[in-house]
Amino acid sequence: MARMKFLCDAERCIECNGCVTACKNEHDLPWGVNRRRVVTINDGVPGEKSISVSCMHCSDAPCMAVCPTDCFYKTEEGVVLHNKDACIGCGYCFFACPFGAPQFPNGPAAFGARGKMDKCTFCAGGPEENGSKAENEKYGRNRISEGKLPACAEMCATKALLAGDASVVSDIYRDRVLRRGKAGDAAWGWATAYGKPEQAQERTREQKREGQK
Amino acid sequence: MKKALFLMLTAAIGLSACGEYSQVASYKPGNYQGKSDTRPWEGGQFAGNKQAWEAALTNRAQAQNEYKRAN
Repeated sequence: MARMKFLCDAERCIECNGCVTACKNEHDLPWGVNRRRVVTINDGVPGEKSISVSCMHCSDAPCMAVCPTDCFYKTEEGVVLHNKDACIGCGYCFFACPFGAPQFPNGPAAFGARGKMDKCTFCAGGPEENGSKAENEKYGRNRISEGKLPACAEMCATKALLAGDASVVSDIYRDRVLRRGKAGDAAWGWATAYGKPEQAQERTREQKREGQK
Repeated sequence: MKKALFLMLTAAIGLSACGEYSQVASYKPGNYQGKSDTRPWEGGQFAGNKQAWEAALTNRAQAQNEYKRAN
């Protein structure tokens, strides 16, 4: 298993908001919290494009870098998750995220009244026992531990939103592009989310090693 | 004279403690120290069988390719 990734094909997205609804229903999200949203560019103009946006589980996630309580961690599958017990609701991650993924439900937290941050978990839950009641209440359903993919991607009617192992998702998209003869707006957000290496520190270390040679 | 000397010495010793120190924050990348998470294939229906979990997920991912589903 390499890395879990989302891919939104803007050529296919019809702005049905099925992914948004599926996510909200699957995790019983409170009023005002949308882990996934559909953004339409040039709405109403011929040639408008829609993109489904949520946490992209970046390779070098900015939220992880700015969190003052270090409540973020990355699983072996490359999914960026966070510990709500350690979150103080400061909102730094919201300002750092290029996709506007962190959501704040308003409520008690150690800092301000935003409440503890909530974001897409790639349907992989959080640091609680898999499938437990505590995990479900805090982070939503853990579909990954059930051998299933995120609900948004599986629900997508046009299969504009793909989720899963990077190599499988890329293969599906490549096959699709070859058949339709154009890439369109390509894999939106991929350069931002996955353009950097897994850990910037490792790259620096490698550069240093090369410098020593 | 003695008093002036004493005051000068006290001032010299006292002020010498006010050395300038670096005010640039040195960034240290933080490490997650919270609760550990169980891996997806541990417990539940896969009971530690990573291969079965990977196979289930790959199967599911391939179902997203409608070109394969149609034929």
